[in-house]
Amino acid sequence: MAARSERVEWGGGGVHWLARLFDYKPFLIFMCLLPAVGLLVVFLTYPLGLGIWLAFTDARIGRGGEFVGLFNYELLFTDRIFWMSVGNTILYTVVATAGKFILGLWLALLLNRHLPFKSFLRAIILVPWIVPTVLSAIAFWWMYDAQFSVISYVLVDVLGWRDTYINFLGDAWNARWSLIAANIWRGIPFVAISLLAGLQTISPSLYEAALLDGATPWQRFRYITFPMILPILAVVLTFSVLFTFTDFQLVYAITRGGPVNATHLMATLAFQRAIPGGQLGEGSAIAVAMIPFLVFATVFSYFALARRKWQQGESNE
Amino acid sequence: MSEAKSPPVTTVAERTDVIAWESIPRQVVTIYVPLFCFVVILLFPFYWMTVTMLKSNEELLNYTDYNPLIVYSPTLANIYKLLFETDYPRWLTTTMTVSVVSTFISLFASVLAAYAIQRLRFKGSQWVGLAIYLAYLVPPSILFIPLATMVFKLGLFDSPMALILTYPTFLIPFCTWLLIGYFKSIPYELEECALIDGASRLQILWKITLPLAVPGLISAGIFAFTLSWNEFIYALTFIQSSEKKTVPVAVLTQLVEGDIYHWGSLMAGALLGSVPVAIVYSFFVEYYVSSLTGAIKE
Repeated sequence: MAARSERVEWGGGGVHWLARLFDYKPFLIFMCLLPAVGLLVVFLTYPLGLGIWLAFTDARIGRGGEFVGLFNYELLFTDRIFWMSVGNTILYTVVATAGKFILGLWLALLLNRHLPFKSFLRAIILVPWIVPTVLSAIAFWWMYDAQFSVISYVLVDVLGWRDTYINFLGDAWNARWSLIAANIWRGIPFVAISLLAGLQTISPSLYEAALLDGATPWQRFRYITFPMILPILAVVLTFSVLFTFTDFQLVYAITRGGPVNATHLMATLAFQRAIPGGQLGEGSAIAVAMIPFLVFATVFSYFALARRKWQQGESNE
Repeated sequence: MSEAKSPPVTTVAERTDVIAWESIPRQVVTIYVPLFCFVVILLFPFYWMTVTMLKSNEELLNYTDYNPLIVYSPTLANIYKLLFETDYPRWLTTTMTVSVVSTFISLFASVLAAYAIQRLRFKGSQWVGLAIYLAYLVPPSILFIPLATMVFKLGLFDSPMALILTYPTFLIPFCTWLLIGYFKSIPYELEECALIDGASRLQILWKITLPLAVPGLISAGIFAFTLSWNEFIYALTFIQSSEKKTVPVAVLTQLVEGDIYHWGSLMAGALLGSVPVAIVYSFFVEYYVSSLTGAIKE
């Protein structure tokens, strides 16, 4: 393609010099990439480097920091709240991701049937994903209210399964599970719709062949469905893990890290220390501590994508 | 394009019922009951928000005399209070301005970048593509602290400009990624014909490729708009004064003052704040779902 387009560069002579400059391919490429790459370098790459630098300084709000080496990390190493936030983040990521994928896969399998109102169902199921996270988190906040929780109302007054109202957000473990539940609720639609896209590309002839060979439903799932959606599953999983691990909004909106710092994730703790607390250096150190995990997830995603291309027999462009 | 992609997909899906030999009662238990539960659980919070929004104060906190799941005497007092006694309309306009402007900036930058990567094919174009894809994997929660110091130094603190300039960092990678996929589906021969007829590269982009990529532009635009409408952590960090906040931040920080939570107004604020994205989404739901699935297949 490159060779073909080179040939025509000689056409269009005698026009304005500016027009000719824009037909000069290297210049055109440069101008086309400039806005996107420029914005990304200034507001993404540079801050990323700046954040890593800040993590090694004692910067505060309104005062540039001086290099203090690993002091921030030494401080964090003995910080009980920091380690609790690491534990919370891992628990939150593992449990919420597992929940989202099990329920999302189930929903995708249900939606893959021949159903009435199929496109309508697909559309309304995406609603929790469309609505701004913070705004639906406010609904959960109200549903988790200690005195007027509708969940407690149903369990206690309607079904009679419990005697007392649940203190959702006042107790450390209750609060953690409540946050995980809210995160799963929000994540299911995206997982389900993405996996549905994968399910729809599986040829029914595979199932027909398996049925003729006497495969049970579980075998059909295990040996046809699952391997066929594995590539998409890997990509969606990586994104989901990445965004759950670095989640901020849901926790900030529902508990703000409380009760007594028990539900802080690394992102919310970084915010707490850096912005209201003013300790930019320490906050950056917490944020930077998330990076090794992100690199791991990215590499995983890259190899999942690469493997998928190889599976489909495409050449790497 | 989406039309070209979807027909084989649906025919494949329709045929799966050929092997659905299960009896009707069994189907009800294995499919319709779980599906019904999913829909109820996924939509219940919205029902609960609506109900809370329409309740009067005495009804809201009295579960013994009133069934909380039903509104006995609906009132618009909460919405009235929100619209006329708070800065809510200003928050809406701020959010709208920021979202629209950053969406257009991102679309402009993404179209050019995607065109360069996909159509102008140069040495290392796939590396630029990969780098932009990787940029999508850098989450705002590790960037907001250094960005806050930058915003402060540039004198943009507490100004919507700070949001307009930083939102494209997570919009451009996504839009570029989506548009590369779209440009791929447009036949290259069309551009060659135009080149032979003496059109310049920019004319080709403007008059041939872009009109054909309109569905892609629409879905990229919807995604960018919803993502910037939903953005939270930058808006929370960079904006301080009440009247300049965006809706998600303002509902959470401005409507909860003191110990008494005005749940009715809070729910009204949350629901009304979701309306613009819901409208955009409902108009373009087909584009949305197909491009979502298309982007993942890409």
